[in-house]
Amino acid sequence: MDDNTEPLLVIDDLAVEFRTDEGVVKAVDGAAFTIDRGEIVGVVGESGSGKSVTAMSILGLVKSGRRVRGAIRFRGRDLGTLPAKELRSIRGAEIAMIFQDPMTALNPVVTIGRQIVEALRLHDKRLSKAAARDRAIELLALVGMPDAAARFKQFPHEFSGGMRQRAMIAMAIANGPSLLIADEPTTALDVTIQAQVLDLLKVAQQETQAATLLITHDLGVVAELADRVVVMYAGRVVEQGDVTTVFTAPRHPYTVGLLESLPRLDRDVDELHPIPGSPPSLLAPPPGCPFHPRCPLARDRCRTERPELRVVGNGTAVHRTACHFAEELAAVPTEVTR
Amino acid sequence: MSDLRPSLDTPDVAAAEEVVAAEATATGVRTQRRSPAAMAVRRFKRNKVAVAGGVFLLIILVLALFAPLIAQQSPTAVDLGQIRRPPSGEHWLGTDASGRDVFARLLYAARVSLLVGVFAALVSVLLGTVIGAVAGLFGGWVDTLLMRTADMVLSFPPIVVIIVLAGLLGPSIPILIIAIAATTWPTPARLVRGVTLTVREREYLHAARVAGASRGWLLRKHIVPAAMGQIVVVGTLLVAQAILAEAVLSFLGLGVQPPQASWGNMLNDAQSLTVIQSMPWLWLPPGLAIAATVLAVNFVGDGLRDAVDPRQSGRS
Repeated sequence: MDDNTEPLLVIDDLAVEFRTDEGVVKAVDGAAFTIDRGEIVGVVGESGSGKSVTAMSILGLVKSGRRVRGAIRFRGRDLGTLPAKELRSIRGAEIAMIFQDPMTALNPVVTIGRQIVEALRLHDKRLSKAAARDRAIELLALVGMPDAAARFKQFPHEFSGGMRQRAMIAMAIANGPSLLIADEPTTALDVTIQAQVLDLLKVAQQETQAATLLITHDLGVVAELADRVVVMYAGRVVEQGDVTTVFTAPRHPYTVGLLESLPRLDRDVDELHPIPGSPPSLLAPPPGCPFHPRCPLARDRCRTERPELRVVGNGTAVHRTACHFAEELAAVPTEVTR
Repeated sequence: MSDLRPSLDTPDVAAAEEVVAAEATATGVRTQRRSPAAMAVRRFKRNKVAVAGGVFLLIILVLALFAPLIAQQSPTAVDLGQIRRPPSGEHWLGTDASGRDVFARLLYAARVSLLVGVFAALVSVLLGTVIGAVAGLFGGWVDTLLMRTADMVLSFPPIVVIIVLAGLLGPSIPILIIAIAATTWPTPARLVRGVTLTVREREYLHAARVAGASRGWLLRKHIVPAAMGQIVVVGTLLVAQAILAEAVLSFLGLGVQPPQASWGNMLNDAQSLTVIQSMPWLWLPPGLAIAATVLAVNFVGDGLRDAVDPRQSGRS
């Protein structure tokens, strides 16, 4: 069953469309990347870049959206062609998800303990209630919940935001998934709690050896956790590669823009440079490179010819970019990395 | 803290523990956890009228259950020598047109009336919950089909439907229950559909789907529990409706058949003016029983509604 020659998850030329009253929205338009076993991959991009839709597509749970092209293969199986029942047995067991807002992702009128017990028993019908209870308390303790046995009986409103996120993570790793999808796992939390939850994600990842798909717009989170980074823009992957490589030597003007718009602690920046303009309408994306209206390097070729992902750099780590003029960025590294 | 804990053999243990608990509360530590259900029970208990209604129903239930022990006479023993006798030491509430003991019949009738009321409401709520939840969760044409059917059922006068059903299939208690349930299910169905539509869009339902839950699981674990409070309320009010429907149908001769007694068919005997004017023991007891029971059930239902949804209790 397990095909070892292929990565754990392969997303190949994925395109997802939504039909709206105004027309067809191409939320994801030819996204492609892979995740290896045990690897942490960060997907970054602005709102509407298609990162969340891509993640929900993996689980086959895009509301009202339609997959028009491409394949998502998990352990060699195309998730798009699996029958509903098999897909359900993968969800929560082999692929689990950590949500952005733990307040709304937990049922407010069911105790935390019962929710974890149910997550366990959903995929293991033979598990006895007592055994599930013990396992749930064990999981709560594992995610650093003090007094886990007492916490087991509490309701979500009795938890702080950080505690809720811990409970969510406990639930996500309950069935020992091989892929964890974390959708903005720290966005709804206080800054002080964010660091704790990030540490916890690391613990959870080490504990389960699960590959992790980290969806975020926070480049700091990616730098902290991820092995590789995928930058998405207008439903496409514009750059991907090893985190250090991409962050120190970005080869796509959009990535450069993202990094320049961030405050830095490690060096003195007088002024932040936001990316001019706004993300393109996905109803009518610009022809050619979708970033060209905002790009300082844009020229005629960019307006007509859509750049494909191609390998750049010296080839030690696979670094790909979708920019016709990536080499010009390499020529002016001081601009970005200083 | 140690000075507050005397050795176990002193009688002060309980008192000391109270002190500890009080201290814990004072320092902001919650010592008792209340589930939503426990909080609803507390609110219900504060409603005096509803509690009184509940107690009344409990008494009726006990009387009905222990009818053979309480009533000295058989409810079906015909004594043509003693027709329509006024209350006496032997027949506490007199006798009816066939010389049967009215008091005994009243108690045995409570069994039938409560049974029909509770079972009809139960069947109706079960049917309504499943239909409403399926309509809400599946949406699309399934929703349209089920809800338009509900509208159709609601647009028929229920008594006429029940009369036709009872006429076609013959009057009996199961038919009565089915007929009442068949005409009342749209009320719980609409309610549960409404709850389903709000719960369906909640993130935790999405999270459950992501965790691999099937639609059946979502219904059982999230949607029905979320609607349970309101289902109980509607169910209770349906019990009152069903008791009334039973009375009406039995009064018309389409429900419970004599010699078996029900409150409705006891009233059946009171169709003549002379009986109404000069023999109140024939119609007053069953009439009062129906009115009081229905009132009590409605009080309990209202109390439950306020207990389940505290936001509604402020309205007056």
